[in-house]
Formats: sequence, structure tokens, C-alpha cells
Amino acid sequence: MARNVTTQRKIINTTAAWVIGLLIFFPILWTILTSFKTEATAIADPPVFLFFDWTLENYQVVNERSNYGRFLWNSIFIAGGSTILGLIVAIPAAWSMAFVPSRRTKDILLWMLSTKMLPAVGVLYPIYLIFIKFGLLDSVLGLTIVLMLINLPIIVWMLYTYFREIPGEILEAARMDGASLKSELLYVLTPMAVPGIASTLLLNFILAWNEAFWTLNLTAAKAAPLTAFIASYSSPEGLFYAKLSAASTMAIAPILILGWFSQKQLVRGLTFGAVK
Amino acid sequence: MGQITLKQVTKKFGDVEVIPPLDLTIHDGEFTVFVGPSGCGKSTLLRLIAGLEDMTSGSMDIDGMDATSVPPSKRGLAMVFQSYALYPHMSVRKNIAFPMRMAGMDQAEQDKRIEQAAAALNLTDYLDRKPGQLSGGQRQRVAIGRAIVREPSAFLFDEPLSNLDAALRVGMRLEISEMHKRLNTTMIYVTHDQVEAMTMADKIVVLRAGVIEQVGSPLELYHSPRNVFVAGFIGSPKMNLIEGEEAAKHSAASIGVRPEHIDVVESGGMWTGTVGVAEHLGSDTFFHVHETGLAETITVRTEGDIMLKHGDTIHLNPRVDLIHRFDAQGLRIE
Repeated sequence: MARNVTTQRKIINTTAAWVIGLLIFFPILWTILTSFKTEATAIADPPVFLFFDWTLENYQVVNERSNYGRFLWNSIFIAGGSTILGLIVAIPAAWSMAFVPSRRTKDILLWMLSTKMLPAVGVLYPIYLIFIKFGLLDSVLGLTIVLMLINLPIIVWMLYTYFREIPGEILEAARMDGASLKSELLYVLTPMAVPGIASTLLLNFILAWNEAFWTLNLTAAKAAPLTAFIASYSSPEGLFYAKLSAASTMAIAPILILGWFSQKQLVRGLTFGAVK
Repeated sequence: MGQITLKQVTKKFGDVEVIPPLDLTIHDGEFTVFVGPSGCGKSTLLRLIAGLEDMTSGSMDIDGMDATSVPPSKRGLAMVFQSYALYPHMSVRKNIAFPMRMAGMDQAEQDKRIEQAAAALNLTDYLDRKPGQLSGGQRQRVAIGRAIVREPSAFLFDEPLSNLDAALRVGMRLEISEMHKRLNTTMIYVTHDQVEAMTMADKIVVLRAGVIEQVGSPLELYHSPRNVFVAGFIGSPKMNLIEGEEAAKHSAASIGVRPEHIDVVESGGMWTGTVGVAEHLGSDTFFHVHETGLAETITVRTEGDIMLKHGDTIHLNPRVDLIHRFDAQGLRIE
């Protein structure tokens, strides 16, 4: 009897999970489908789901009209650069907060997080002025720095929770075994923290890749990443749903594939410390 | 060599003074046990010696060299932690090799020492396993193996047996004692278990609230505890401490009688009471006796074949020459 209830529960939960999953995925699926429609079919009423004449025309047009490769390269450079830069800053920061906390460590952590609560547009003006002053507008370097700073609190927090899980006694043991600080970091801490660092890296890469506010406001042509590439097809003058969808599909494809292959790593990283 | 001298060492955490000024010398080759109730500062003292905590003031010498501000990695001491603190991503072999690798020892010598340590600690078959695949006792052996291969000037043990089950604990206790006899290296061992202290130590340091209450050999502490605290802490079952009129008869503020120094007699005796709980261990029997006219419950240790039970009347005769006397400050009166 008890077993039956469990099975029933399982079926209900599984169904619910699939329904929610499909609901969340539907807009993405719809975008992908629309990208293979003609502009006319794309705005058809009632909408057409699967049975239409599939066409690659939109992709051809998008490819002719814009230089996808350049946008892609900018995205990779900005997302990758800001992530690596962020880790270089965050690993020592999280390290010191996790292993040699001071009386103010908790406050610093909360203060860092509080910066995420500020609407980004609130600092757009000063940052824009700073960018003009330093000639960083529409530059890959400028965007990399801004995205690094924006995601830094999250990186530090993730690494901090991860490092906190590593027992301090193991590091002390290394010290007793004659390891210098360098050896302790290199041979003991880093190998133990690799899963945490990897999932932080992945998540931050995805966040930076999808970031649209700053990338749209601080770039024009040269440094524009894929978010700007999508935006360039959302034109108020005409209906280009199919082309917009094609551009969107091309923009999200790389990160979707990366996310798919690394989902295990991501889930582990995000739930780490939450379940003890 | 491994002589460690602490001079006026203190430790404060914020405003809390955990260790008031303390002097202590640990001689080369000595097995010293720090014992005391939890929170008495014994682990802190060990960590100060290890260098894992900084002293607030005072100084420390190792073999006559000032080591006060030498980092832990350079002190030449090896430590075995309560949690074993093995490197989870390394095999047993690599764990044991780690300190030698840090010291830059050549590979052949490393291999030789790993083989020796593994053989001595029954780890030969487990060298390629990860710590996660070992039992608690095996992990403890690996931790010890990692400590011995580097031939430190002293070993520090921080409650190494408290995560093991009772049977294993007795076995490991013997092994550590034998290891000490074989290596003849200074060992400092922290425990809250007075049985471990009594059985293993050459010298026991009894601590309370960061203050050394007494330093001495196990039998010195047993026979002439310097104060009431040491008297009550050393020995199992605990010494009976009696105050009031009975103590006044011996012109003391309190007297102490060990349970094994009270004889059960047929009739008469100094105290007559009722058996509350009788604990029969086979080899010994412990009687907890009430209603003797004293305020305290009296614990008596007798041979195993005395068959009194709950509610029986019992006649007790303490051996007067073995009664310990203490003054109002709790200090021993000779």
C-alpha cells in the first residue's frame, strides 16, 4: 500500500516536472520553429505549430546582412575574458574570506551582494561618463571589465560557499607537512576545489553571455556581442519575426549546447552548500 | 632531538584569555599528555606549539632555538588530527609521501620509507586506495604514517582516537605507545580521556581553564594530587570527595578517598550505608552507596565476587593512611 502511494506520487511529480519544464522551454522552441518559417507564416493567425514549409531563407538573409562571426567572437571574448578576470580576482578574495575571516567578513559579503540589488540603470550614467572619459565606449576591453565587475559578487559568493566546505584541518595538515603557501594552494586546495571553480566558471560564462543591458548600452558596432546582434533584428519599422528568430537561435545555440553538456556540473555547483 | 620549552606563553581570542601566562618544558623523547575537561585550552596549547595559532605573548624554543615566529611548515613537527585530515584527492601512498615531497626528498628514499611505514601500520594492501575507501582505523593509520615518514623532532596528537569505536581505540592506544617506545621521539598527546592519559603518558599535564593544575607522572598524579581538581579528574571511578564533619575529623576542609581504597567489611566499619546501584564488571564490582550519614554518595570498588545488590546494607572501611586531605582552597595538605 505504502509503495503504491509512492509510485503515484512519483508519477504526479514526474508529470508536473515535465509540464513545467516544457512550459519554460516553449518560448525557446517557438523561437527555433519560427526561425524556419517564412515571414508570412511567422505572423499567421491562428499560429502554425509544426506543419509549414520549412525554409532556411531567414538564416541566409541574416548571414548576408550581418557578420555573425564577429558578434560571436565578441561574445566569446567578453564572456570568457570577464569570467577569467573575475576568477583571478575572486579566488584569492573567497579564499581569504573562507579561511582567514575577519570580524567584517560577513558584512563585506552582504555589501557585495547588495550591489546586485541596485537596478543597473541607476549607475548607467556615471559608468557611461567614465567610459567616455577613458575611451572605453564600444570596446571589448571596457565591456569585459564591466561584466567582470557585475558578476564578481556572484563569483565570490559561489567560491566562498564552496571553499567553506573544505575542512580547514586539511589545509592545516598541509602546513604541518611542510607545505609552503604556494604548495598548499597548488597541491591541496586547488585540486579539492576544482569542481567548484569549474561550475562557477560555467555559470559566470553563461551569465556574461546572456547579459544584455550593458552590452546594448555601451557598444555600437565594433564591440557588439550576440545580444546586440539579436537586438539589431528587432526593428520597430517592420515585421521580421522569422529573421529575428533566426538571429536569436544563432545567438543562443552555442550557450545552449554548452549548458546542455555541463548541466550536471552546473546543478552541482548551484546546489552546493545548500544541502548538507 | 625534540625538547620544547614554553616561556610565559599566553593566548587571547579577542578579549577572552584562553591561556594565562604558562611555562612548560617537554623533554626530548618524553610522551607528554595534555589532559583536561573540554574547553580547558589543551587543544589550543597544542596548536600554539604547532604554530597553527599565534601566541599573544611569550616565547617557545624547540631544541634551544627560538621558534616563536617560525611558521608551522618550518618547525619540524608532525601532527595527527582528530579528523585525520587526509588529502581526499590523493591515494594513501601519495598522502604518506606528501611531507617528503614537500621536503624535496629523492624518490627512492620516499618509496623506501613509504614501504616501511606501510608495513609497520598494516597498510601495504591499501596504498593505492583513496582515503574515502578506508575505515576509520585505517585512516588513522594513514595519518600516523604521514607523520612518521618525515622523522619529525616531535609528534603532536590532537585527540586522535576520539572518532574510533571503543575496541579500536584500545588497540590504537597500544600501537601508539609501542611506536613511542620504538621511535623514542617526543610526543605530545591531547585527550580528555584520563584513561588514555594514565596508560600512555610519561608525563601528564592537567589543565583547567588554560592553567596547569599539575604536572607529573601518572602515578604521582594518582598518589599525590596537588589539589581537589586533579584528585577528582585522575582515576576511574572518580575519587570520593567528602566535606563537612567527616573532613573536620581529619582536620581538613575536604578529604578524598579513592573507591579502591575502601574495604567492604562484614560488620562495623567506619561507614554503614545502603547499596544504590551495583555495577558488576566481572573483574571488579562498583557499589554506589547512599545513606552513610555523609552528604555524598560513596563509590566503592571491590572484587568481582562480592554479591550485594540494590537495597542491601553495606559496611565500609576506608584505609586511613590513603586518605587525601585538602584545605579550604582545595590544596593538598601533606
